[in-house]
Amino acid sequence: MNPTASLDQQPLLDIANLTVTFPSEHGPVRAVRGVNLRLRGGESLAILGESGSGKSVTGKAALGLIGSRVRLTGSIRFEGDEIVGADENRLRALRGRGIAMVFQDSLDSLNPVYTVGSQLEEILRVRMGRSRSDARREAIALLEQVGITSPETRLHHYPHQFSGGMRQRVCIAMAIALRPRVLIADEPTTALDVTVQAGILRLLKRLQRETGMALIFVTHDLNVARLVADRVAVMYAGRVVETGPIDEVYRRPAHPYSRALMHSHPSAATSWSELHPIPGNGPSKSVVVAGCSFHPRCPVATERCASEDPPMLAVEPGRSSACHYAEEVLRGER
Amino acid sequence: MSTGKDAPMPNAIARHRPASARWRRLRLLRRSPFTATMAIVLAIIALTALVVPPFIADAAEQQNLALRFVEPFSLDHGIAYLLGADALGRPMLLQLVMGARTSLMIAVSAVVLAGLIGYAIGMFSAYVGGWVDAALMRIADIIHTVPSLLLALAILYVLQPSVTNLILVLVFTRTPMYMRVARARTLEVREGVFVEAARAIGSRRSRIILHDIRPLVTPTILTVAMLEIATVILTAAGLSFLGIGLQRPDVDWGMMVADGRGYLSSAWWVTVFPGVAVVITALAANVLSNWLRAIEDPTQSHLFAKPLPAEAPAPTSSANLGSLS
Repeated sequence: MNPTASLDQQPLLDIANLTVTFPSEHGPVRAVRGVNLRLRGGESLAILGESGSGKSVTGKAALGLIGSRVRLTGSIRFEGDEIVGADENRLRALRGRGIAMVFQDSLDSLNPVYTVGSQLEEILRVRMGRSRSDARREAIALLEQVGITSPETRLHHYPHQFSGGMRQRVCIAMAIALRPRVLIADEPTTALDVTVQAGILRLLKRLQRETGMALIFVTHDLNVARLVADRVAVMYAGRVVETGPIDEVYRRPAHPYSRALMHSHPSAATSWSELHPIPGNGPSKSVVVAGCSFHPRCPVATERCASEDPPMLAVEPGRSSACHYAEEVLRGER
Repeated sequence: MSTGKDAPMPNAIARHRPASARWRRLRLLRRSPFTATMAIVLAIIALTALVVPPFIADAAEQQNLALRFVEPFSLDHGIAYLLGADALGRPMLLQLVMGARTSLMIAVSAVVLAGLIGYAIGMFSAYVGGWVDAALMRIADIIHTVPSLLLALAILYVLQPSVTNLILVLVFTRTPMYMRVARARTLEVREGVFVEAARAIGSRRSRIILHDIRPLVTPTILTVAMLEIATVILTAAGLSFLGIGLQRPDVDWGMMVADGRGYLSSAWWVTVFPGVAVVITALAANVLSNWLRAIEDPTQSHLFAKPLPAEAPAPTSSANLGSLS
């Protein structure tokens, strides 16, 4: 990461050298391996990666939502306070108010036996100490804010009475109810119809502008990421392999994996011959690859890549890449 | 967040919810006639068992050897003998009502106690996890592995057979059932994303388990409890039938079946009527349990949806068909 980029301002969220290790029957599995990320207030960061790249785990770790049998090392600082190893009481105070989260599956992330209104009001009453009528009024305002029409009536409906897109809006309303400084959206549009995705993305963007909160957008979809994020961190096999302003990374990727990701997206191609799926399978978490973890699938890999793990180095101001040949890849020479 | 702050809240909405929640079940009950019938049957049995016995206690115990094995369905000896008389000339109808009180009281107390205890322990077990959970579940396994009738036999042999002891035995043998169901359901619900979402917004663990998870465990337990009413009535009847449940002058349906057993070929009614009473009560409880499960789950209440109004006038639909073909 570029050392001059954020020295003038303390980052809101500072993830340094984070590793997450899960126990498994084959021994420890490292889902996240030395991730460094910084998020400033009001900034919007996309974490991009395939399934199993550790992107969701990184998001959950920031909320301390990782089980007790999982080992976390490194540091996650929110406004300077350490989250790794913090006790449940401190984490609870942070959750919702400091950092909130929106999940992929909007049906499952609402309690099916309570009306949407009572779930929203509960958050406001328990966490903000609002009175019943204040909570009701605020819940209506929140539903209105996330674009739900006739919120006074919708308040009395159960989650299953909403469509997928509306439900995700309700989830967003719940997540922003406590005015968090950071909102982590974990693939919030993946389970939705394409037709409503755009609405949700626009809503997130608008809310971010209105409330000044920072946004971490976890996704596997590059085009979706471009709509909401200023910066992107591309993850592969539990590591960040490239960071930078999203448009620049998109136009001139500095890591072969980022480039492959862009070429494999169906919307980037106009015919089958232009579509290039990344060869090979995604990384296996239990098998540790020597050297660069992408080298078995990398079109430009050399012998050096099989033995030497490339460090994350700056390639341009504000951009860094973990590839031995980052500069050549950036210039399109490899 | 300026929008909506000043918007007046319509009164209709403020009033809407509590009323609908209260009457929802009754409204839904009206829409399923079979369940409604069963509910009424059960209500009549329960009411009779609750109200009538004090007035007929003496008459029910009245032995009249001149009237032994009076045949049923005749009013010659008064309404009390409508269902005939048993070997000692006691009126069957009144005996049945007395038996209903005992049978229902045993069943309801055993189910409520076992249900509450099993529900609490089961959820606690799932919540705590670890060795406490393992230990509690192994205890449940042990109680469950021993045939409950045998266990009840052993306990009642040691203790004095009485209504209280019978209830205690039934609670003891039936609790593991609820423990397992409550625990399994809690573990299942706990994996839901909404539990993670609740944690992500900063809910306390105790609040999550009591406020978020519990309502999803309750319907399952209620269903099991209703089913168990039938099972417990039958088990209690079985124990009384074996002669270790109750002793006279207490009477329940199982005991009556047992009493009539010897005269089955000559006086069938002494056995059949209490048997039928057990079957009807158990059936009604089963049907109600099924219904309870369905209405407690908001996503299933469409099963009780209002039927669609009659089709709109024919011309439009035939026009549509025409355009399609």
